[in-house]
Amino acid sequence: MFSFQPDRSQYPDVGPDGKFEIDLETGKFLKLWHGPNHPGITGNMSVELTVNGDEVVEGYTHVGYLHRGFEKLMERRTFIQVFPIVCRVCVPEPDFNEYCYAAAVEELAGIEVPEEANWIRTLILEMGRFNSYMMAMGGIAGALGNGVIGQWMTYVRDLMLDRFEELTGARIYHMFILPGGVRAGLPEGFEARMEEVLQTAERYLDDVEKVLFTNAVFKKRTKGVGYIDPKLFESYGVTGPNARAGGVAKDVRKDSPYLVYDQLSFEVPVEQDSDIWARSIVRYRDLRLTIDLIRQILAKMPKGGEVMTSLPNVLHWKIPRGETYIKGESSRGEYGYYLVTDGSGYPRRVNVRGPSYTHAMALLEHLIPGTNIADVAALMVSLHTYPPEIER
Amino acid sequence: MRDLIEKLTPRYTLGNATYQRADLTFVDVTRDELRALLLELRDKEGFTHLVLLTAVDWIEEGKFQLTYMINNREADQTLGLRLYIDRNDAEGDTIHDIWPTAATYQRELREMFGIAFPGSPRVDEEFILEGWTDMPPYRRDFDTLAYSQQTYVEREGRETHDPRATMKHKMYPEG
Repeated sequence: MFSFQPDRSQYPDVGPDGKFEIDLETGKFLKLWHGPNHPGITGNMSVELTVNGDEVVEGYTHVGYLHRGFEKLMERRTFIQVFPIVCRVCVPEPDFNEYCYAAAVEELAGIEVPEEANWIRTLILEMGRFNSYMMAMGGIAGALGNGVIGQWMTYVRDLMLDRFEELTGARIYHMFILPGGVRAGLPEGFEARMEEVLQTAERYLDDVEKVLFTNAVFKKRTKGVGYIDPKLFESYGVTGPNARAGGVAKDVRKDSPYLVYDQLSFEVPVEQDSDIWARSIVRYRDLRLTIDLIRQILAKMPKGGEVMTSLPNVLHWKIPRGETYIKGESSRGEYGYYLVTDGSGYPRRVNVRGPSYTHAMALLEHLIPGTNIADVAALMVSLHTYPPEIER
Repeated sequence: MRDLIEKLTPRYTLGNATYQRADLTFVDVTRDELRALLLELRDKEGFTHLVLLTAVDWIEEGKFQLTYMINNREADQTLGLRLYIDRNDAEGDTIHDIWPTAATYQRELREMFGIAFPGSPRVDEEFILEGWTDMPPYRRDFDTLAYSQQTYVEREGRETHDPRATMKHKMYPEG
């Protein structure tokens, strides 16, 4: 097979601070902005690349295109007024924000949630994970030139959005999980319609397996590319499918079960190679697992009971001074909310810990040097990062 | 977790400990001992995962609380180290050499809270806010409402309501 060894003599010298001394005037190097508008970018962020030929010498992530100051805005709102804005922190998978915030408030205020509400919350989180993985599968295929899979996945995701609309009244931002429970129980005949969606999804995923994972171009461009040394996982805060692709069988759903995950039976998918291929296949298998979990939840959950507990008067709701951290396993890794209260009717501080914060900044900047320009998009998408949760 | 706190107490000046849940504990630490404590927890006690690093502004007490949240994945334990620093001369010690990801957190704290972390890589570069000249916006004394009223023009013909009063009216129309 043709193998190209880059000519390192063309590289810049390393300065006393350990960084490359890049002189753009020499004409050897070129600055290339990958984003913020680029098909291979997973949202409103950009990577500033310095290239030598088509090899990337260094890259820096730039965010700030989507900053809305949510954490600050929450400090001006009462606890119940915060709940409609938390979901907007992360666009493609908003439900984790709702769950983590609600669970943090419930813990500090000492509120018990009805059993059935916990099952519906788990169902919502898995439906959100389904949607998020659908976008991820379409993204990784699209970044490597296989755009049709993106169209299939968008179609299947749209079917799940119909179920979301039926259950919560909204397609993208559901505002369904609020402190004390959820807003409603399952509609009549929901299980049958969900089963139809899941069967359609499985048919499309069978096609994806044939078209993507047996594709020679996809194999060549992903196997061995974008390798993350598992030794770096802890120091770079790598969690979720990115770590599971490198042999680390860690999943918050399994290791620190929340909601009703301890009543569901599942095995966490793990791969060993830690490259783009492994990360793609882990996501694909996790998506299959999600479909199975949705079926299990619908079969096992109690129905017809209370889904919302009675709350104190939310206009005069004060929560004693305290702090807590609630985490869950989102489709990208550990997602958490750090909530600090001070005895008033407003949160003192809300901090969102999104997995993309570490994956898209320190980790991506570490992985980029030495790759080709054409592989940067695939590398980025394979880390499955969502910029809104970096800058909030 | 109580065992770990008791084990560390003779060698470190640990302050008030809060046992929030079976798997979540917060404890006050001092700035001099933070680095040694983090290294010991990481290397000997299995707290290898830096979950987050953030600040809380206790403006009434003139202090910032830096929260270093670390996690032991094997034992499923999370420990939040609370470090109080002076709000007027806000400076922390960089830990980017222990966890490289800390550099990003420190860069954000520098920008949003104005807390200096000397020696942290690219800490003075703009992170999220471009061309920001006002005070660090996540400080409690930064008034978002006043800022938006000064910066943006009200569109004519647009009606705004006080959220609290509107909500009260909708929930209790009779008063």
